[in-house]
Order: sequence, then structure tokens, then C-alpha cells
Amino acid sequence: MPFGNTHNNFKLNFKPEEEFPELSKHNNHMAKVLTKDMYAKLRDRQTPTGFTLDDVIQTGVDNPGHPFIMTVGCVAGDEESYEVFKELLDPIISDRHSGYKPTDKHKTDLNFENLKGGDDLDPNYVFSSRVRTGRSIKGYALPPHNSRGERRAVERLSVEALNSLDGEFKGKYYPLKSMTDAEQEQLIADHFLFDKPVSPLLTCAGMARDWPDARGIWHNDNKTFLVWVNEEDHLRVISMQKGGNMKEVFKRFCTGLQKIEAIFKKHGTSFMWNEHLGYVLTCPSNLGTGLRGGVHVKLEKLSQHPKFEEILKRLRLQKRGTGGVDTASVGGVFDISNADRLGSSEVDQVQCVVDGVKLMVEMEKKLEKGEAIDSMIPAQK
Amino acid sequence: MASSFTRMMSGRNTAVVLASIGASTLASGYLMTDSGVTAQERMKMYPPSADFPDLRKHNNCMAAALTPGIYGRLRDKMTPNNWTLDQCIQTGVDNPGHPFIKTVGMVAGDEESYEVFAELFDPVIKDRHNGYDPRTMKHPTDLDASKITNGTFDDRYVLSSRVRTGRSIRGLSLPPACSRSERREVERVTVMALAGLKGDLAGRYYSLSSMTEQEQQRLIDEHFLFDKPVSPLLTSAGMARDWPDARGIWHNNEKTFLIWVNEEDHTRVISMEKGGNMKRVFERFCKGLKEVERLIQERGWEFMWNERLGYILTCPSNLGTGLRAGVHVRLPNLSKDSRFSKILDNLRLQKRGTGGVDTAATGDTFDISNLDRLGKSEVELVQLVVDGVNYLIECEKRLERGQDIKVPAPLVQFRR
Repeated sequence: MPFGNTHNNFKLNFKPEEEFPELSKHNNHMAKVLTKDMYAKLRDRQTPTGFTLDDVIQTGVDNPGHPFIMTVGCVAGDEESYEVFKELLDPIISDRHSGYKPTDKHKTDLNFENLKGGDDLDPNYVFSSRVRTGRSIKGYALPPHNSRGERRAVERLSVEALNSLDGEFKGKYYPLKSMTDAEQEQLIADHFLFDKPVSPLLTCAGMARDWPDARGIWHNDNKTFLVWVNEEDHLRVISMQKGGNMKEVFKRFCTGLQKIEAIFKKHGTSFMWNEHLGYVLTCPSNLGTGLRGGVHVKLEKLSQHPKFEEILKRLRLQKRGTGGVDTASVGGVFDISNADRLGSSEVDQVQCVVDGVKLMVEMEKKLEKGEAIDSMIPAQK
Repeated sequence: MASSFTRMMSGRNTAVVLASIGASTLASGYLMTDSGVTAQERMKMYPPSADFPDLRKHNNCMAAALTPGIYGRLRDKMTPNNWTLDQCIQTGVDNPGHPFIKTVGMVAGDEESYEVFAELFDPVIKDRHNGYDPRTMKHPTDLDASKITNGTFDDRYVLSSRVRTGRSIRGLSLPPACSRSERREVERVTVMALAGLKGDLAGRYYSLSSMTEQEQQRLIDEHFLFDKPVSPLLTSAGMARDWPDARGIWHNNEKTFLIWVNEEDHTRVISMEKGGNMKRVFERFCKGLKEVERLIQERGWEFMWNERLGYILTCPSNLGTGLRAGVHVRLPNLSKDSRFSKILDNLRLQKRGTGGVDTAATGDTFDISNLDRLGKSEVELVQLVVDGVNYLIECEKRLERGQDIKVPAPLVQFRR
């Protein structure tokens, strides 16, 4: 059932400008794009599952944003949201994804053999490697909007598919609402467990409703392949291991994803995907590949260098603290990952990470020896 | 016209895409999703049993009353405003509750919620309000403050006196459900009425989105300012949406009559003073409420009220009078007596810390107020608090003198 008020017909007795949100102190993509005219045009529309414009933008209205970080400020409630509210979402997608046009086509490439190198990142600097993405199951509403019945169906389908995996992918599902204390402690120790969202960016979008119903974590016995069910997307798929062998991580990532997709297809379902937006996920920022490939890497000297940010920008990478988004780095160790999601393929994006991190580790070593790195600074990719 | 057409066509159970063309015409059509599933088919795919919430670990009034049968009969119903049962109960699903405190676990989105979903609201109301049965009982309303006797307390014990209630504007949705335009209308209607108050009630409105830093600090220092709700009980019910749009605080120049606009209810009305003159606090309360009611009626509005449920507010716990009359009172000896809780129970009083609900008492000063809201009138409840607090002060004095105290007999719940 829709979250919030948006099937409220009393509001249609008021003019669009009386309903238009107060966005003057806001700094997010939605606030920059939404005009009174656009609001008037779109406010009476609904997707087939009943998602409305007000549903799409509620999180952006409730969270004015940060003066330095530009959040997206809207979410999709189902696959059709991206079509029905095109007038709003296309410019937001363009803003967020470096000018991606409504006519552009997105390339999907999950062929790990196309990745060059990536198996030789220095483990003295690169402590762990990880690739994650999301997947949505076609025909089901997304986390901001799904009913309990739909969410449970997504869980059932996903767990059925995951439990039929074998070999290095053989594993087990731990539903959040029935895991034992011991299981919970182990999952926390392994850094696998996800919490009920507290970020208002997510709670205002209705994603924490009915917690922990139909949420859970699946991982393989080797603890190198992990799937989150019904957190911020239907599925979040994560491949990871200690050390710098990103090639192996990516291979497992691609193989696992393809196996899962094949099983879904056999059962008559598939992932939400189209040739314009690639994989369709809840937040417009995750469209395309939905991929974040990254490493935890020690860059103590390089991170103090005045050109650090510029280097990252040119390499199309972003930094985060090792606690994840919005954390600071500890001890000079950073989480470095690809900045792009839409308009380049999975292979392209992981290649950026592999090449970029390799270069930065070389720079770090040079700086340790007291040498200059100016000649190594790359051109904009 | 446009709105009734939309009302017919929109909602979870239809597969209609509404697109507006020009200013006022609407076009519609049936749309199949890419996977070929219409909303009609979706509804059959998910019978109520598929959506029934898992409430096994829950301890709130809603979870105790909701059965698969009730859910099955109510899930696909809507109020005229398209508000649904799932929206009413979301807060109770999301907040299992505390093992010791039983929360209500559901809210109304509009006046009609209490009718359309009566099959669930009525047992919840009965549970919360000591057996009050909305099907058979009538709630008395009485705002004649002159009836209060012995309404002045010993200032050596009572530090402050306060009466609060809420009022909803009929015809506009409640905070969990209202759109921005409705919320702004509530603000407009209320502020316009308050501007008509005169004499000791004359005052000023401070909108949350446009108050200055100085105004904000002063209101905080005076303990008038309310914050964006952080309690998940409220945020899960959607009451913090669009904050701080159309929220504000009005108070009279003497700072003894205060109105919160669009916080947890359309309006919260508070009368208060330092010291123990509860009678005067209640007199101002009644006078202010009646004046505001008259002023909104002049413009064709009225408060939500009916004989069954009294004043209609967002949370079922505030139905009836919506009234909490209380004092901050020092009870150093009595609070240490093992009979304190029982005495409060029998007097139908509750204690809270002086920070409000869910705070602990600091030192020996307690917030003592009425437990009940529905089934007794305003006058009855305030008299109950007056009599009760006078009794507590008597006990305190006796204990000071080394005399013994008695636990009073329990009060009758309500007239049947």
C-alpha cells in the first residue's frame, strides 16, 4: 500500500501552487529540477501500482540536503516511475550522471574476461576488494512502495534462487526476524549484517516500513559472496575478499550474478533492465550498472597531497572513509571506488578502479621515497 | 468535477494512469505494465493473508485487536479521502512497542477513519479507554470552568499548573494524511482565527519556517518551541512530512495561552501558569477554546466532534476531551512512600518526569495529571485532578508531620 498521503484527493481541490513544496532552502537534484509548471503537469499522474509524484519527491522535500553534498532527493516506486515521471527524472538523471541524455543507450558488460589486470594490486597497500550492485525483480514494486505481500514474494523468489546455487556459491539465508543471537553476532563480526535504516533519506522514502519483515542476508559458505534482501533495493549483491585481487572478486561477482539471473529466468521472472537506463533500481543514482567497485587502500601520503582530489576526479574515482558513505578515513586508509554508474559498463567501471588504484599506489610509494609525482598525474579520463 | 472523477478512478485497486492535460481536464486509460500485470490481477495475487502483518512480537493495542478476519474485511476499504487501513496501522507495525508500555499502535488519517475502520478502532478505543464502548456510550463535553471547586493549590508544593488539549478542523485531513495544501489551510484557518483574540488572549503567531534566530532561542528558553518529531511512533505515521512547512506556534502576550499548529494534531491548545491556580488556568483554557471556536465558525469552519467520540484527534488515545490537566508538584516524602503508585492509580492520576512523557522525575518534583481522556467531561477530569492533587498534598503534609496516610478507594471509571 502506498506510503504517505498521496492518494489524498482533497489536495486536488487546491491549485498546484498551493500544493507545491517549499524548496527554497533545499539543495538536492530534485529541488533544482522541479518547477511549479512541472509539478502542475505531473501531480495527477500515477504509475500502475499507484505511485504518485508526491511519493517520488517526499524524501527530497523532507531532506533539504547538505550544502556540500548533493543528494538526489527522489526515488522510484516501481519500474514505470521512470517513464511516467520522465519530465522530472530525465533531467535529474542527466544532472547526476554527467549529462546522460534521454536518448542515450547504456552498455551492460558482465564478461569478467574483458577486465585487464586487476590481480596484482599490492596487498601491502590494498587491504580488501569489493564489488557491489543491486537488482530489482520485474513485476514487483520497489522498497519505497511495496506492500508486505510483495516484499515477501521478493524474498521467497530470491531465497529460492539463491538456495539453488552450488559450488563456490553454495550458501545459506538468514532472515532478519528469525536469526538467533549467535547468528546475529557472527554476521556482525563478519561485517555482513545490515541494520534498519536510520538515515532520514531512506526512512522518509518509506523504505523501513514493516521492518524486519521479509528482510534478510544470504551468503555463501566461503563468505565471499553476499546478498542483501529487501534493504534499499530488492537485492544488493556483494562480492568481496581480503587483499587486492580485484580480478577474482569481479569474476565471482559476474559469475554469481549471471547464475542468479539464469535461475530467475527459468522461473519466469527477470531483473528490471532496459537499454536506456540499464538496471533499474530505487534511487536514480544507482541506475545503469548500480555498481560500486572499490578497495580499502592505504594512501597516507597521497591523501595529504594538494592534488589528491583532482587526481581522484580525473581517474573518475571517489573516496569515502572505511565505515562507508559519509564516514571519515581512519589512519590514512580510504575506500576508493568508481564514481560513475550510468553510461559506462561494469567492466569499464571496474577497470577504472583497477587502473586508478594501481597508479595511486605507485604514487604513494614515490611519495614515501620523497620523490615528486607531478609527472604521473593523469589526464581527465 | 475533476476531484470526484479522480476519487472514482484513483486508488490502489485501479490500473488507471491519470494525466492532466491543460488546467482542468483529465484523461485516463487502462495501462498494462510491462510484465502484463494490471492492478486488478495484482490484487488477486495478493489476498489479504499475503499482506497481513507479522505481529507476534508486538505489544500494542492495535496488535492485540487486529485479526486476519478484520484485516481481510478492511484492507481494501478507503475513506472518502482514499486513506486505508494499512496507513492507519503502519506506525503500530513499525513499532512493536515496549514490554512495559502499551502504545496504541494506530492513527486516524481523517475524521472518517474512525467510521470506516470502526471494526478495528472500536476495540482499540475500548482497550485504551478502560472499556469505553463507542457503539453504545456517549461522551460528555463540558467546558464550564465555573463548576470547578477548590481549584487553587498550595504554592509551596505546586510549582506550575497546565491544561492542554487538541482540536481538529473538520473537512481537512489529519497530520498523518494531510497534503501540503491541506496543512497550509489548517494553518491559515487557525492563524486567522487567533488573530481575532483580544484582551488577555491577544497574541502573535511564529511560523517555524520563518522565525528569526532570536525568536527561536526565546521560544526555546521559554519551553514553548516544539521540535520536529523524532519519535518513530510519530515519524512512522507520516507526521513529520514536509517539515517545517505550515508549522508554527502562537502565544498570547502574557505567555499563558499557547497554540501549536500542525504538530501531532491540527492544533494543540495549552493554558498554563506558574503556581497553583488551576481554576484560573482552566478558565482561560475554556474561554480561549470557545473564542477560537466562535472565530472559526464565523468563517464557516468547525471542529471535528461527535457524540460517540467527543473531539476527534489523530491518536485514539486523545479522543474525548483530548485533555491532560496537570501540575508540577513537589512530593519529597510521598514519592518515597511505597503506597505512592497505588494512591495515584486509585485517583486515576499518572506521574511523569517534568520533561514530559517518558522522562524520569528529577529530584522530588513530579508532573501529575489525569490518566483518562474519554468518557468523562473536561470539567470532571479537571475536578478529578484538583481533588487528587489536593489529596496528594494532604498526604505530603501528613508525612511531614510524621502522621500516617491512607490509600483512597478507587474512583469509578465513568458514567454508563
